[in-house]
Amino acid sequence: MKYILLMSGTKAGVDGYHKWSQKDVEAHMTVLRSISQELSKSGEFVATQGLADPNEAKCVRGEKSGVPVTDGIFPESKEFLLGYWIVDVASPDRAYAIASRISAAPGPGGVPTNMPIEVRGFAEHRQSER
Amino acid sequence: MGKTWDTESEHLLRELAPQVLGAVARRFRDFASAEDAVQEAMLAAFRQWPQEGVPENPRGWLIQVASRRMADHLRREISRRERETAIAGETEEAAPMTELESDMDPNDTLILLFMCCHPALTTSSAIALTLRAVGGLTTAEIANAFLVPEATMAQRISRAKQSIKASGVPFRLPPLQERTQQLPSVLHVLYLIFNEGYVSSIGPHLQRLDIAREAIRLTRSLQALLPDNAELAGLLSLMLLTDARRAARTGPEEQLIPLDKQDRSLWDRTEIAEGTELLRHALSKGSVGLYQLQAAIAAVHDEAERAEDTDWPQILALYELLKQVSPSPMVTLNHAIAAAMVQGPSKGLELLKALERDSRLTGHYRLDAVRGHLLEMIGDHENAVKHYRIAAARTTSLPEQKYLMAQAARLEEARS
Amino acid sequence: MKYMLMMNTMRAGAGVPDWSQRDLQAHVAFMMRLNKELHESGELASAEGLSFPDQAKLVRAGSDGLPVTDGVFPESKEFLAGFWIIDVDAPERAYAIAGRISAAPGPGGAPLNMPIEVRPVMSAPPREML
Repeated sequence: MKYILLMSGTKAGVDGYHKWSQKDVEAHMTVLRSISQELSKSGEFVATQGLADPNEAKCVRGEKSGVPVTDGIFPESKEFLLGYWIVDVASPDRAYAIASRISAAPGPGGVPTNMPIEVRGFAEHRQSER
Repeated sequence: MGKTWDTESEHLLRELAPQVLGAVARRFRDFASAEDAVQEAMLAAFRQWPQEGVPENPRGWLIQVASRRMADHLRREISRRERETAIAGETEEAAPMTELESDMDPNDTLILLFMCCHPALTTSSAIALTLRAVGGLTTAEIANAFLVPEATMAQRISRAKQSIKASGVPFRLPPLQERTQQLPSVLHVLYLIFNEGYVSSIGPHLQRLDIAREAIRLTRSLQALLPDNAELAGLLSLMLLTDARRAARTGPEEQLIPLDKQDRSLWDRTEIAEGTELLRHALSKGSVGLYQLQAAIAAVHDEAERAEDTDWPQILALYELLKQVSPSPMVTLNHAIAAAMVQGPSKGLELLKALERDSRLTGHYRLDAVRGHLLEMIGDHENAVKHYRIAAARTTSLPEQKYLMAQAARLEEARS
Repeated sequence: MKYMLMMNTMRAGAGVPDWSQRDLQAHVAFMMRLNKELHESGELASAEGLSFPDQAKLVRAGSDGLPVTDGVFPESKEFLAGFWIIDVDAPERAYAIAGRISAAPGPGGAPLNMPIEVRPVMSAPPREML
């Protein structure tokens, strides 16, 4: 069964991340990378993407004329998606276990970030129903 | 049992692809379907040859399989048309193998390159089609190199062929004047393949292929066919001189190592020698173009035993020439770095000022990355950190983002 | 260049909306047509619909390494309902596609004008640093 594991953060949170020491960034990336590699080996890996900085985010609405209206205005408190993993696992518990490892990836001083990872399933049909 | 399967066999198979495509496309007068048929024959070969051994006549084998696919396709097309229009048609028989074999044209690679890199195509279509039709890569391999699903890449290739059909490009070598006009498009596509193919170390389909090497291989075949073309030799030289540094460019954790910190003992001296010789040959032709100049700059870097031995004044002079021959914001950026190395960082920063109002660079991360680097050189660490971080936020390359964040972190740690 | 286009939903509005059957079908048909177009142009890398947020779980690493899971979210939280990953030649094209998604039909066939978040995906190759 496929699950998506979502890592999010506010702009303030991301700014904080950019101030981590070199060593701390290395350590964090190393753990995330080794999780991805393990998932590749176990055959549970489907996809992973990192998203660019939230400051690069744009919000687009469709005009009736067909011309898109674009702006970069979001509430300060908005949680932006930073990256995701899509995994194909035998049970929801396995998805939670993987999410837990991502959450445990080290932050400043090697302390686990303990960031919340949202775990979602996929819709029955390919299109979302909204 | 034929010859056993190894890297050499794989190489041979890929080399045969454009030859087979040339023969089949010419015989059946349908490039798009022929290309599909040849791809199917390639996939069959990749499946069967490792098990059964390489056939005695590999080219003949591929032609036979591809032409059978073509004949099947034609029969299906004709019955479909017959059903649709109730007009009796002729079923074209697949030509016997010997007749097709004699349809070999040494210009096929050239014809295909001009076709696949035709200016009517978008660069992403041209890249995809060139790698499949001329490079003999499978759709899956190309998809992996550009990090898109196989189905997406297959569509991109289909669309590319539709564009070719729509623009009425015939399957023959364009006349000399057209070739001269269109060669820059071909070179541009090859250059992009060299720079944009990305080997990912994570994922279910770990890549066996090295896209940069494929670009070199294709450029090499083209250069052998057009040995008197200076810019083409320049492009191949640039690729070799850049590729030579590959082993030193990334660390064990995929981190980027800048030129001035690379372990030069890891540089490939054979590639450097070949690249330098090609460059000398290109420059002897008299004309001086974009790729030759870039290659010359790479050669100056590559000939320095240590970073501190780099002949920056020569590099600066080459960038000044490049600014005249092919001005662009990127050239100006690199020129600013060279000027900083020769005349001091303030000079470099001054040159960057001219770019501030260039809308092509607005929000572009490299401007901030270079500014950060120059501000660091001048000792303004506070602002250097600021610009490294802005650049890190704006880049869409993870390794570069890490690198830029590391520079900011390093400077900040030094300050405290 | 790759972009992620995100369609969000508020918790309160989640689940199959109480539109008419016809309106629901028109919405789904619109999305299918758009996805087909994007597939045919070779621009669509991925299109996914996620399951309803009532199934969402937030996972953190517990102190013993085991996952701590909970399904409680603030009322104001936005949930990802669906996303597209597209590979296009210019940002304007990404905004245009987002604009079209935004204009997907809702009740009475009127364009929903949903805000679609557009973010670049970290997919560029590394360039040699001079």
